[in-house]
Amino acid sequence: MSPNVRVKTLKIDGKDVSAREDQTILSVARENDIFIPTLCQMDGLTSVGACRLCLVEIKGSAKLQAACVTEVQEGMEVVTDSERLHSYRKMLIELLFVARNHICSVCVSNGHCELQSLAQRLGITHIHFPFRYPKLAVDLSHDRFGMDNNRCIRCGRCVRVCDEIEGAHTWDLMGRGDASQIVCDLNQPWGSSETCTSCGKCVHVCPTGALFEKGKSSSEMSKRQEFLPYLTLMRGDHNE
Amino acid sequence: MNRQIVIDPVTRIEGHGKITIHLDEDGQVENAVFAVTQFRGFEKICEGRPFREMPSLMARICGICPVSHLIASAKACDELLAVRIPPTAANLRKVMNIAQIVQSHALSFFHLASPDLLLGMDADPAQRNIVGVLKNNPELARGGIRLRQFGQQIIEWLGGKRIHPSWVVPGGVNGPLTAELRDRILATVPEALDIIQKTLNWFKRTLARYNEEIRTFANFPSLFMGLVSRDKELEFYDGSIRILGAGGNILADNLDPARYTEFIGESVEEFSYLKSPFYEPLGYPNGMYRVGPLARLNIIDRAGTPLADQELAEFRTLERGAVLSSFHYHYARLIEILHGIEKIEMILNDKEILSSHVRALARPNAFEGVGVSEAPRGTLMHHYKIDEDGLMVWANLIIATGHNNLAMNRGVLQVAKHFVDGRKLQEGMLNRVEAVIRAYDPCLSCSTHALGKMPLLIELVEPDGRIVDELRREK
Repeated sequence: MSPNVRVKTLKIDGKDVSAREDQTILSVARENDIFIPTLCQMDGLTSVGACRLCLVEIKGSAKLQAACVTEVQEGMEVVTDSERLHSYRKMLIELLFVARNHICSVCVSNGHCELQSLAQRLGITHIHFPFRYPKLAVDLSHDRFGMDNNRCIRCGRCVRVCDEIEGAHTWDLMGRGDASQIVCDLNQPWGSSETCTSCGKCVHVCPTGALFEKGKSSSEMSKRQEFLPYLTLMRGDHNE
Repeated sequence: MNRQIVIDPVTRIEGHGKITIHLDEDGQVENAVFAVTQFRGFEKICEGRPFREMPSLMARICGICPVSHLIASAKACDELLAVRIPPTAANLRKVMNIAQIVQSHALSFFHLASPDLLLGMDADPAQRNIVGVLKNNPELARGGIRLRQFGQQIIEWLGGKRIHPSWVVPGGVNGPLTAELRDRILATVPEALDIIQKTLNWFKRTLARYNEEIRTFANFPSLFMGLVSRDKELEFYDGSIRILGAGGNILADNLDPARYTEFIGESVEEFSYLKSPFYEPLGYPNGMYRVGPLARLNIIDRAGTPLADQELAEFRTLERGAVLSSFHYHYARLIEILHGIEKIEMILNDKEILSSHVRALARPNAFEGVGVSEAPRGTLMHHYKIDEDGLMVWANLIIATGHNNLAMNRGVLQVAKHFVDGRKLQEGMLNRVEAVIRAYDPCLSCSTHALGKMPLLIELVEPDGRIVDELRREK
């Protein structure tokens, strides 16, 4: 920490903590071993506050704030775990499950999935919303990788890693709301993409079985994400 | 006045089905049919999915025999990869498949069938269950539970879980066997062998009490079909198909399972979700054949393990030619358990079994693949077609229970005609009608690809739909 950086002090869950002025609530909480669930956030990529799982209560504010994009302030009092937050988080996860076809038992990422393990950690045993069962095709046209929109939670990590780290910008989000969908280039089969460098970064940052290596059977796709902090460190970036 | 009796659902089987008995004006049985009332649709569900998902997806067809589907599906996927899988992988799959057969046979014999055999077909239905067996013959019940555990435990040790393990994959298995695990499995063999031998001795002593049932339980000429090894021994994993004629003669031999469509036709009945396959050259319905333990013991030259071969020799003295009574499915099941335990020991003592080369890696090299193996209930067929990317475009499954459909229906009619008297309906009569179905140990959830109610309802219905009599068995 350089001498010019100003330090803020605040309370998270009643605990006194200190932070750099440019830090987010999420980053300070993690430094202090306070758990806040996330799915779209990833160290090394820009935070976008899309999944809303990291919502926290801030004293004096009626609105809940996404911890991944909210910077600390002097004297802030943050609550990361309350009954209200817990019920919202469970609802969000349940909505992710009903929006697409997440069939854990046969998924390539079964046992290695961030959505699945978060659902388990939050104690989700039943889904209280009707399933939508959209009919979505699997894209296996790429030589080495597969894309299954049925398992996608539209966190956008693949879009950001492809754009910010690889610089290819093969992936993007198309449509709005529940109709939004990850598309390749101009909404075309992955195998026909002219921008894709086949680097595989998107596959490994994907939190679920939506992006996977071809040749993997059920439960065999575990993701290796260590490359990302390494790359950002070596490039001297300090995105969180 | 024509009436009908409906047994819905049939109890102590896997899945949901009903039996309808049609009576003539004198209350005598005119016709009887066994209908499967559930529908699953796996052949459709799989379309558009990556083929590598199939072993796990298809295993979900059944919670009792997930391993059987895993094996047949993985074999079909091996064909899509067009690879020769490492011999050790094939052997490891064999161990898991046999463990599955042992645990399923134990479930069928001890939990589902033995209450009828130990307590009698006419015993109080409240007692006629595994708990009743436990009270009356604790050693038998405990042995059954231990044998089931023997099989389940091996599946768990190999695949990480008892139900729906994902260890069997296209191209082989996803991890080698350790010496420690091999020894742990081998250590459980002696107790299992002891239990099955005692059970066989007990069963053979009780056979004399069931002469009437043996004579009438689906006891008729039919063809028998199953896989045999290259040496024409009992085979559950690989081999060629042999079809035995009604007189015990070999009708067709060395048939390539991958070409099943050339000799098996599939017909559909209006009253059932279960299709009725038949032997094509003889047409429908004359091409009726049976599969499963009884068929397998009828078609082989020998079992291939010493203790099972002794038992097989004794089994063969029951009848000249093929053993025809479906009551003897129970007997055959016990001999297969014995063989299975011996075979597991044999395979695990192979010196290559610990090899670390257990998976062939490849991309899809063929667009069509057939995987055939023996499930506890008989020959299981998975047939897939994929597109260039490896997405499923079509699937056809013939499940062991389906092969037996025509023979089950014939059996129900035979037993109903012999035992049921519409003028004085008794529970024991109807239990025998169910028991003949139980002898086949059908798995309806598997075979139709499941919704239903558990309590047993028997109705006497007049042609105008008025219910004249009712027997209800609550769950």
